[in-house]
Amino acid sequence: MEAWVDPAFQSSNSDFYGGILVLSTGAKEKILQLKSRYPQAQSALLPALHLAQRECDGWLSDEVMAQVAEVMDLPLAKVRSVASFYTMFNRQPVGKYLVQVCTNLSCSLLGAEHIVEHLKRKLGIEVGETTPDGLFTLLEVECLGSCGTAPMMQINDTYYENLTVERVDDILDQLAKE
Amino acid sequence: MEKLLLRNVGISNSWDIDTYVERGGYQALAKALKEHQPADIVAMVKASGLRGRGGAGFPAGVKWGFLPAGVYPRYMVCNADEGEPGTFKDRVLIEDDPHGLIEGIAISSYACEAEIAFIYIRGEYEFGAGRLERAVEQAYERGYLGENILGSGYRLDMLVHRGAGAYICGEETALLSSLEGDRGHPKLKPPFPASEGVYHKPTIVNNVETLFNVPFIVERGADWYRGFGTERSPGLKLFSISGHVNKPGVYELPLGTPMMTLINNYAGGPSQPIKAVIPGGSSTPMLPADKLADLTLDYETIAEAGSMLGSGGVIVIGANTCIVRAVERLAEFYRHESCGKCIPCREGTDWLYQILHRIEHSAGREKDLDLILDICDGIAGKSFCPLGDAALGPVRSSIEHFRNEYLFHIREKQCMV
Repeated sequence: MEAWVDPAFQSSNSDFYGGILVLSTGAKEKILQLKSRYPQAQSALLPALHLAQRECDGWLSDEVMAQVAEVMDLPLAKVRSVASFYTMFNRQPVGKYLVQVCTNLSCSLLGAEHIVEHLKRKLGIEVGETTPDGLFTLLEVECLGSCGTAPMMQINDTYYENLTVERVDDILDQLAKE
Repeated sequence: MEKLLLRNVGISNSWDIDTYVERGGYQALAKALKEHQPADIVAMVKASGLRGRGGAGFPAGVKWGFLPAGVYPRYMVCNADEGEPGTFKDRVLIEDDPHGLIEGIAISSYACEAEIAFIYIRGEYEFGAGRLERAVEQAYERGYLGENILGSGYRLDMLVHRGAGAYICGEETALLSSLEGDRGHPKLKPPFPASEGVYHKPTIVNNVETLFNVPFIVERGADWYRGFGTERSPGLKLFSISGHVNKPGVYELPLGTPMMTLINNYAGGPSQPIKAVIPGGSSTPMLPADKLADLTLDYETIAEAGSMLGSGGVIVIGANTCIVRAVERLAEFYRHESCGKCIPCREGTDWLYQILHRIEHSAGREKDLDLILDICDGIAGKSFCPLGDAALGPVRSSIEHFRNEYLFHIREKQCMV
């Protein structure tokens, strides 16, 4: 299916239009601005993908990537190729809260696996899955540079460190209320 | 020891420019611009013996000296892609002393006659990236960045650029590929970035901590810097220590400090008897407890002991840890992070993980250890970039020092601990 972009569409935030998330005009302008900051415009691709992902429910569909490709003046294949390389670009839908638990060595030594098991039980999902209410997606991730405060997890932009099972419950219960 | 590198960490509002300036910040930049030519700074940093703090330990001043004369524009890149497991020292500097980093980058950019400095920061460090961006804004407002800095005529622009989750982008040429807006594949060296880097222009890539040291060297001199550390490993180093110690964290010590001093006098001692220590991030070979007594934290001594100082990310592994499980997890890491460009690393890291996984899950065979070592030989020195070799660090060293644990897994189909 060909991605469809409406150039006349105006909105201050991304909108759901005919089943396709459309990047706002503001986002497209920001991407153009980013392009001009670099000696070569293609350098703005990672910042553009981050921006698009934030606007579009935390993931990059093919349609959204097609819009990024258009603003970046790059082939869609290049944009998809680049997006697929990086762990932080989600090419499947994710929950409102992306719960990423580090299970690399230092965190494992300090009980990261227990934290993961607890989260699986608490949320009723396997690693890689999203809760039916669309709130939480659970992932295991690589070293986040927080080994001194292990075990820990990153939820969206925020690090939660020195975790215990009790702290995990408090954090998730609090987020579920917001 | 008086805190130098960490002097602003823990101070209220240390990330704000007013606090930074009040505590003496940006005086080194003023001195560099007012009293020195770029070539003087290069000579000073060379004389100081400052070695790259990211892991490779290559002398920074020597790297700067590789820039070809008369070729412009030049770019400076601060490698803030801290991803080596066990390493979290750069994060502390980024979050709690971003102006210290900016000043270090600015002086280094002046020395290298760069007109743009990029800070390539791993995407996961969103909080730190935000602090850096605000600090850069403040620096522009006060005239420490931009046109005609402090009336010197020197112009420098600085951009914070986020990565998006890729350990390989900590390797300088892969970082440059990513900065150019592409997949993070490493590039062939030579040409080295100093002659052909980002956008094919002369580029210097340095680690956060390396650049952070530069203002101190400019302010107090190369001889002062050499007063710390050892002859071949001069200066101060930030050590990230984690794992089975009572007070994990980042500690500033002169190079050459004994490992056991770091563990016992700073990190609160081990929380269980030590089985092994990884001295410099997961890619460095692990050392069993009986090799630690005389070990000092400098490049040469650790190399002689069969490992590497690397990033100085010390991971203490306690006696109740299954080494096979630990190495399996690290093998999973390297397999995940392999960029896929070259066969030895792409296929080799996958096989290493698969075999270690079988051994850990009670399906190991007698010949598996020889098979693993054979695969290691197929990667060693044959991969396109150092990630392949890095994957071998934990594998070969654990088989050398803890073969009994592997054999127990294979024969008894269970864990020794």
